[in-house]
Amino acid sequence: MSDPTALLKLRDLRLDGQGASGTTHILRGIDLDLAKGEVLGVIGESGAGKSSLGLAAMGFCRNGCRFAGGSANFDGNELIGARPAVLSGLRSTRIAYVAQSAAASFNPAWRLIDQYCEFPVLRGLMDRKAAEKDAIEIYEQLRLPNPKEIGFRYPHQVSGGQLQRAMTAMAMSCRPDLIIFDEPTTALDVTTQIEVLSAIRSAVNELGTAALYITHDLAVVAQMADRIMVMRHGEVVEEAATRTMLDAPREAYTKSLWAVRNIRPPAKPLPPTDTAPLMQISNVTAGYGSNDTALQDIGFDVHAGRTRAVVGESGSGKSTAARVIAGLLPPRSGEVRLDGQLLPPDYRKRSRDQLRKVQLIYQMADTALNPRQRIGDIIARPVSFYAGLRGRALRERVREILSDIELDPDTYMDRSPAELSGGQKQRVGIGRALAAEPQFIICDEVTSALDQIVAENILTLLQRVQRDYGLSYMFITHDLSTVRAIADDVTVMQRGKIVEQGTATHILECPQHEYTRKLLASVPEMDPDWLSKQVSGVDSIV
Amino acid sequence: MNPILILIAKRLGLGLLTLWFVSFGVFFAIEALPGDTAEAILGQSATPETVAALRKELHLNQPALLRYWNWQIAVLTGDFGTSLSNGRPVSELIGTRLGNTMFLAGMAALISVPLALCLGLLAALWRNSLFDRLINAVTLTSISMPEFFIGYVLIFAFAIRAGILPPMSAISPTMGLPDRIVFTILPALTLTLVVVAHMMRMTRASLVNLLSLPYVEMARLKGAREMRVILFHVLPNALGPIVTVIALNLAYLITGVVVVEVVFVYPGLGQLLVDSVSSRDLPVVQVSCMIFASAYILLNLTADVIAIVSDPRQLHRT
Repeated sequence: MSDPTALLKLRDLRLDGQGASGTTHILRGIDLDLAKGEVLGVIGESGAGKSSLGLAAMGFCRNGCRFAGGSANFDGNELIGARPAVLSGLRSTRIAYVAQSAAASFNPAWRLIDQYCEFPVLRGLMDRKAAEKDAIEIYEQLRLPNPKEIGFRYPHQVSGGQLQRAMTAMAMSCRPDLIIFDEPTTALDVTTQIEVLSAIRSAVNELGTAALYITHDLAVVAQMADRIMVMRHGEVVEEAATRTMLDAPREAYTKSLWAVRNIRPPAKPLPPTDTAPLMQISNVTAGYGSNDTALQDIGFDVHAGRTRAVVGESGSGKSTAARVIAGLLPPRSGEVRLDGQLLPPDYRKRSRDQLRKVQLIYQMADTALNPRQRIGDIIARPVSFYAGLRGRALRERVREILSDIELDPDTYMDRSPAELSGGQKQRVGIGRALAAEPQFIICDEVTSALDQIVAENILTLLQRVQRDYGLSYMFITHDLSTVRAIADDVTVMQRGKIVEQGTATHILECPQHEYTRKLLASVPEMDPDWLSKQVSGVDSIV
Repeated sequence: MNPILILIAKRLGLGLLTLWFVSFGVFFAIEALPGDTAEAILGQSATPETVAALRKELHLNQPALLRYWNWQIAVLTGDFGTSLSNGRPVSELIGTRLGNTMFLAGMAALISVPLALCLGLLAALWRNSLFDRLINAVTLTSISMPEFFIGYVLIFAFAIRAGILPPMSAISPTMGLPDRIVFTILPALTLTLVVVAHMMRMTRASLVNLLSLPYVEMARLKGAREMRVILFHVLPNALGPIVTVIALNLAYLITGVVVVEVVFVYPGLGQLLVDSVSSRDLPVVQVSCMIFASAYILLNLTADVIAIVSDPRQLHRT
């Protein structure tokens, strides 16, 4: 295991975080060897310390953190406790970094090419002209559209997937020996992700760069890495070559991660569709502003007790449809009917009972819960607003709802949202929706900000309450494995239009529309050869 | 059409409207003051007959609205009227005074703006250090003291004790530039001490605000040292708020100069305004106030334009 020629060697690396609640151990003694040109995948759930590990491999720790021991040796240079001049000399030229959100990590005041050229020119590797020429070559290699011009745009003028590739290009500007990729495709749509993944992989191969590829997505890491390291609670769980790790994980935790991928919905008798639908959306056209059309003539039904997944990339109009149904965005034309009854387009004109029947659960539980209210108050509000309960009755009902969402009332009633984990916050979001005793719940990407295991638990909870209360869901998501797990019916959207809809089995098993097929084919699979197959397939189509 | 030109045109139009409101307000505020222009001019020799004669000569016996209307028409044709108290044209009276005030404000700006920017940058660079805390304490102290107090302290220290600078700014149009500067140093320094704190603290806050953003971390991970991070990566993104505060303070240098000019007997627009208010010299007060208001409007407009031009997200919308 200890390879004398290793490029990066971490030994018993420890990192502590100082917070209001005392010291937390973020990294608890990490050992890691990375050879020249090797790609190591680091996988784990959020809070496992993956990102901190990536930064530590550059000798960097965030404010409020400090190295508590161990060493990080990069090609003979000790990074821990090194002088700033030494560290800054290594960065860009020998170790580079690709951040999760390229949109936030590019300086908004600089053009892309200025950010590319900064360090090659500053370190005297090339003059500005040569650096610009080089940038265009690398942009081309990463298959950015218009490589000659794209660099001269500002970050806000370029799409997310393109920015992510431009950031990879920037990391390569000084031809470093090691690039740290921190979840570079997590924020992207599946169809964009596949392009970025293949671009990154071929560029890394061609330049012979070693890489630390950090992600929470097993299927992605299977495509990218030679070896995989699983992390949990700041420790290494296990480490092995990619194929070995996928075929025969040793540790129970790794097996549980693997198992989540293979989840299938419990066989349930499908509620009938021959009765009148609960929610009917017909011929809806809507937009924000006079000449923008975010939705074009869409329509679908949701029957009682069933779940309709609305799938599509960002910008496809999924969330706009939710806003129309909730009455937040009155459509330009078309109508929304609940139980056969026409709903007023503007929520302010809806009766209290109509409002009660349609509830929303949001993607970001963080921002959807008032940070100054306690959990008990957050759930009590809709109970008193819709059911008019007061005093003891109100308190009893809130306790009931908390038990229903599997949060212990005694523990959680008086906590504030900041004291909850991401999954618990989302449970509160669900509880708040249930408190209104609705018939129809719009779930807007409710699991996309969560880790796989946590997301799985949330989906199970949603299915249970659906059975218990006979609820109907409109489930907005871009994640097709979520669709597989929960949907009865599927609507596929692209650029504000419905391209295809039908029962889940029908859409997932024999998709008719080309876009649906592309969407399904873009979902990474655990097979390490998947990306290569897809890329050759995509290339032959293009 | 260029969106910036549209913005400038819109704001200039609004500025003109503001100026009109200001002139209206000032006119009737002066009207509402107790006392009478004719009596103020005649002083001891005021008898009911002379006062009545003078009032007629100055058209003060006409209704206020009519006088306002006439004055407005005159201004629109480029005639700013004549001073009621000494009969000289207002434009001539104000011309040299305005020049003096601009000279003082310009000198204070030349000292205070670079000083505040540098101190703000250094405070952000060495945030939470001894230097940061010291500079914050010092500037906060200087902003907390009234400017006349600072003025007299400076006079006491530099003119009376040390005897190296003149206590009064007796500048005259025939003076050479070096002499003018010597006579203007103390009032300029007083103004500097008053405005530097605000600009410096805002510069520091605007920079420190951005330091926790991902692109700043990215700059560090690319190997940029702290100085480069602040100057090249953070400062361009903080220009908007900084420029706005600078413009606000520059406007203050021009309009807030009144007290300082009185303390140092500096022959500027502020002094003229104070004298004219006490003698009810309406035409002079009007034009002085309009000049002050224009300074505010133009400087704020400049700040907004710079803030937009410095932000590519606003400049290049797609």
